[in-house]
Amino acid sequence: MGTTAQMGPGYFPFWLGALLSLIGLILTFSSISKKTNAEKIPKFDVKIVLWITGSILLYAVLLPTLGFIFAIFVLVFVSSSVSHEFGWKGTLVNATVLVIFTYLAFVVGLSLTFPLWPIFIH
Amino acid sequence: MDLLSNLSIGFEAAFTMQNLIYCLIGCLLGTLIGVLPGLGPVATIAMLLPATYALPPIAALIMLAGIYYGSQYGGSTTAILLNIPGETSSVVTAIDGYQMARQGRGGVALFAAGVGSFFAGCVGILILAAFSAPLAEIAYKFGPAEYFSLMVLGLIGAVVLASGSLIKAIGMIILGLLMGTIGTDVNSGLARYTFDIPELSDGIGFVAVAMGLFGFAEIMTNLEKKGSEETFLNKVTTLIPSWIDIKRMSSSILRGTMVGSILGILPGGGAALASFGSYSIEKKISKYSHEFGKGAIEGVAGPEAANNAASQTSFIPLLTLGIPPNAVMALMLGAMTIHNIQPGPQVMVSDPSLFWGLIVSMWIGNIILILLNLPLIGIWVKLLKVPYRFMYPAILVFCCIGVYTVNNAIFDVYLTAGFGIIGYIFYKLGCEPAPLLLGFVLGPMMEEYFRRAMLFSRGDFTTFLTRPISLGLLIAAALLLVIVALPAVKKSREEVFVEE
Repeated sequence: MGTTAQMGPGYFPFWLGALLSLIGLILTFSSISKKTNAEKIPKFDVKIVLWITGSILLYAVLLPTLGFIFAIFVLVFVSSSVSHEFGWKGTLVNATVLVIFTYLAFVVGLSLTFPLWPIFIH
Repeated sequence: MDLLSNLSIGFEAAFTMQNLIYCLIGCLLGTLIGVLPGLGPVATIAMLLPATYALPPIAALIMLAGIYYGSQYGGSTTAILLNIPGETSSVVTAIDGYQMARQGRGGVALFAAGVGSFFAGCVGILILAAFSAPLAEIAYKFGPAEYFSLMVLGLIGAVVLASGSLIKAIGMIILGLLMGTIGTDVNSGLARYTFDIPELSDGIGFVAVAMGLFGFAEIMTNLEKKGSEETFLNKVTTLIPSWIDIKRMSSSILRGTMVGSILGILPGGGAALASFGSYSIEKKISKYSHEFGKGAIEGVAGPEAANNAASQTSFIPLLTLGIPPNAVMALMLGAMTIHNIQPGPQVMVSDPSLFWGLIVSMWIGNIILILLNLPLIGIWVKLLKVPYRFMYPAILVFCCIGVYTVNNAIFDVYLTAGFGIIGYIFYKLGCEPAPLLLGFVLGPMMEEYFRRAMLFSRGDFTTFLTRPISLGLLIAAALLLVIVALPAVKKSREEVFVEE
């Protein structure tokens, strides 16, 4: 913590935390007070969140092992499948176009380094 | 003339082949995302930030700035022709613009929007050029106490102008400030909130936060809105307005430019707020107020001028004081730090060609935009026909590649995924992510200035009140809070944001 004149690392976060708790308290009390109209918490679409987040996590897992090209294919396919208009053909075309475009833009154009192919091919 | 010699430095810097090309790319990308609904400038700039690594700093900033003001031009096109506002700032343009298009006056509406934007952009840039030098002079006199108070004012402004609950917005800011303290403390070298995860010792990546909260969360909320949109494209016939149109729109453009320029500089302001403000003013004072909502040209010209003026003048606080007034500018600050430029008054002196080059490039960009926009309308409209099921995986791909390349770290991808979920929850609970991002960016600076101010004054809090500039800034912040808390203002504030 330290003193006000010689602040330690905990000083600033401590007071921020105190402020945030205060705001939390105000919000809690104002929401249980009778004057407030009951608000409905909107429905969460868990399926969309899981598929989209899952596709990103899969990409993160696959990139270092199976490489850029494969990881992007998986990312596009998994994320597309949650759309209510999903189709195999369209997604395949989309994924191929995206892989070629990102390869040209990032790897060739901006010369960023990626693990391109699966490690066992090297 | 100082200004003229400065501008000539700028012209020299901006008129290189490379910078012109990046200006063009930025404007095109900006128009593109402006046209596409569901992809805003914040998410795009966050997505492309890592890609600017390889570029020289000036080219990177020119391109990113082009994306921002370019999106203001692009947003109006689809708002007018298809009633689809590509950006929040063109929501009000759609009200009267689309009605004009249905009456066969779409071309005139586009003309009004284009000319209004161009005029306002030029004025905004002039203000930026003229005022940044004197403002930077003042900024040199700022001590840590002044900077701290200025940041308080900035953050309060962001709260006041955010939509929805005030108290929630303050909470979001504080959460952002707290997130900014994650990582190694610069003064003591101790790790804070890292939970022994080595990747967190440098703090959380700024790109990961922005991309998750804006990019990923946006995709998830967009996907929920099912159903295919029927788009009805109105034919563009004549672009040339009648004499009465010109008379009616010119005063609106002037007023819109003024409103936009002021709201752009204000902390928490920006393009979206400017167009809402201008629309309500036009509606109040126009002789033709009964025509509003039925195709009044003032309702297109005013807001379009305002949002473009604001997108230019919101660079002023960033470039002169180093303090971003809104989320897009927070990203620009991130871009500058990535390129090892410390934003603030010293940029103008230490790197004049960057500073003035950026300003001049905005002017070039405005010319490019007005020249390109009208002939390319057909292409932009066709792009809208690309279904969202193809678009969002593409956005995901760019985000995933982008966030990885910042540090070549997989950990950042995981972080971004986590912030995506958090952003989605925030959206559902009606918490705005923009104040959080501002707090996150300002957090470390604010703590540092607070510490220094306290060190100088030996722990005496009155230092913030005894220094005149600091006191003035704090009074302004307090006034802002009081004004919003007034019942009358509170009510009208809620009404304004309901229209969104």
